[in-house]
Amino acid sequence: MKSTIKVEQVSKSFGKKTVLNEVNLAIEKGQLFGLIGPSGAGKTTLVKMIVGMEKADKGSIHVLDKKMPNLALLQEIGYMAQADALYGELTGEENLKFFASLFGLNKDAQKTRISYVASLVNLTDDLSKRVAAYSGGMKRRLSLAIALIQNPQILILDEPTVGIDPELKLSIWKEFLRLKNEEQKTIIVTTHVMDEAVKCDYVAMVRDGQILTSGTPAELKALYRTDDFDEVFLRAGVKQS
Amino acid sequence: MRILALVKRIFRQMFRDKRTLALLFVAPLLILTLMYFLFNGNTVDPKLGVIGVDDSLVKVLKKADIQVEQYKKVSANTVVDDELDGLLEQDNRQIKLTLLNNDPSKAKGLQMKVSQAVAAQTKAMLIKQNPAAAGMAQQNIDIDYVYGDKDTVFFDVLSPILVGFFVFFFVFIISGIGLLRERTTGTLERLMSTPIRRWEIVTAYLVGYGIFAVIQTLIVVFYSITVLDIVLVGSIGHVLLINLLLALVALSLGILLSTFAASEFQMIQFIPIAVIPQIFFAGIFPLEGMANWLQAVAKVMPMYYAGDALKGVMYKGLSFSDISGDLLALIIFTVIFIVLNIFSLKKYRTL
Repeated sequence: MKSTIKVEQVSKSFGKKTVLNEVNLAIEKGQLFGLIGPSGAGKTTLVKMIVGMEKADKGSIHVLDKKMPNLALLQEIGYMAQADALYGELTGEENLKFFASLFGLNKDAQKTRISYVASLVNLTDDLSKRVAAYSGGMKRRLSLAIALIQNPQILILDEPTVGIDPELKLSIWKEFLRLKNEEQKTIIVTTHVMDEAVKCDYVAMVRDGQILTSGTPAELKALYRTDDFDEVFLRAGVKQS
Repeated sequence: MRILALVKRIFRQMFRDKRTLALLFVAPLLILTLMYFLFNGNTVDPKLGVIGVDDSLVKVLKKADIQVEQYKKVSANTVVDDELDGLLEQDNRQIKLTLLNNDPSKAKGLQMKVSQAVAAQTKAMLIKQNPAAAGMAQQNIDIDYVYGDKDTVFFDVLSPILVGFFVFFFVFIISGIGLLRERTTGTLERLMSTPIRRWEIVTAYLVGYGIFAVIQTLIVVFYSITVLDIVLVGSIGHVLLINLLLALVALSLGILLSTFAASEFQMIQFIPIAVIPQIFFAGIFPLEGMANWLQAVAKVMPMYYAGDALKGVMYKGLSFSDISGDLLALIIFTVIFIVLNIFSLKKYRTL
């Protein structure tokens, strides 16, 4: 199967510190791909490079067969950063509208997409409130809604469920699976929570700028002969060093 | 259309933030009004103590708007104790003036008035002794002014520069912090993950905050001219044009410097470096008297050109062609800052 996202031999360093070292990834269409690793492992840098916000020092990244960075391709990528980058003075709806118009959606499309993504993240009743008055979880959900606003083929979500209560977390993951299954979206999720990793189709473990191991959750469990995913991560780390 | 969306958003944010709006529109008026009253306060007549001075001289002194207090006896502390500005003692032909000199300009003024009075009185005595000299001595000087008139005060020269400076200052602060907030909250990064182009962001910021700068400029200029009655000899259109260009410089400079600030606090730290020195070179102090290297520094200050042009139009009534050089300089500053801005956004996205 053809890869939607292809990362080849990518290295990146900030000053003297090497953040990513010869990383290779191939992500297929319709896959829910998990990037697992501790904080500071280089996950965020890697996803930022896929979006085209950082440039690789070495190697290349192709998204939908086009070399990144590519401005036109950003239309097909929904990106949700770690920080809730929202305009607090504006209402939820105004935030959504703003980003929708940046993606060039016309009035009608804006209306339908806004009501669709708002109901998706359960914010329909709070759209007219100012974001400054939102709770942490609501902001996270609005952030997710913005990532979905232009109906992109690819979703890149940097730690999407941090600071969200378990119930909402469950419903958001359910939504990821639905987007993947029903709309054939390719989704990349970074996380450091292992129970989320298990839900991915394919998992790559990142540590110190390198991919320690990758495979389906079942494969990895078999490979390291354990049922516990935390254990997989620990053993993979030991094997490396 | 992306530019329009951004401009609309900037407007929404500004209108929700009433205090910032007030700062932008009301604060300059407040300061200008204060300055106006400070500089236009009535000058108090100096108080002069006299001892042993003849009546004819006292009469002349009184005519010269000096409050005269007669003393029979004075001590070393009389000037200080009686809050006098000076003490004039005459002993036969010997005249001695003691000045308080706590305010040098007041002391110099008093000294001048006293010496004029003494000279006038000496002249009057000469004429009394030799009436033939009277015709010779009677000579009035006709005074003509190239700029302004006999009622010109310092504020008239200062106010054009102040108008420009306040436009510069407030636009700088508000646009700088506007983009800075976008950086610190991460929304700039988020913007960069949409297909918006870097120049579109810079343009939108220039247009969005530029419109507020235009409104502010209009308010400040009209208020100064109609309410404060600041002299305006030249065309108001030129005054607005200069201020608009200056606002654009401030806008692009504020946005640019916000790149180098990590917080609002650090943005404020740019004020003594990037804003305050501007006022020194704006024409309040004559450039000719400055050291050569200082004159060179002045040439890279936007306020130098704006101050020169504003003073030229408002006070001297210069025409468009006279100030075109200054306007060109302001345009060049703006273009340089805008280009640097577009490059500095590369930090967020290389494309």
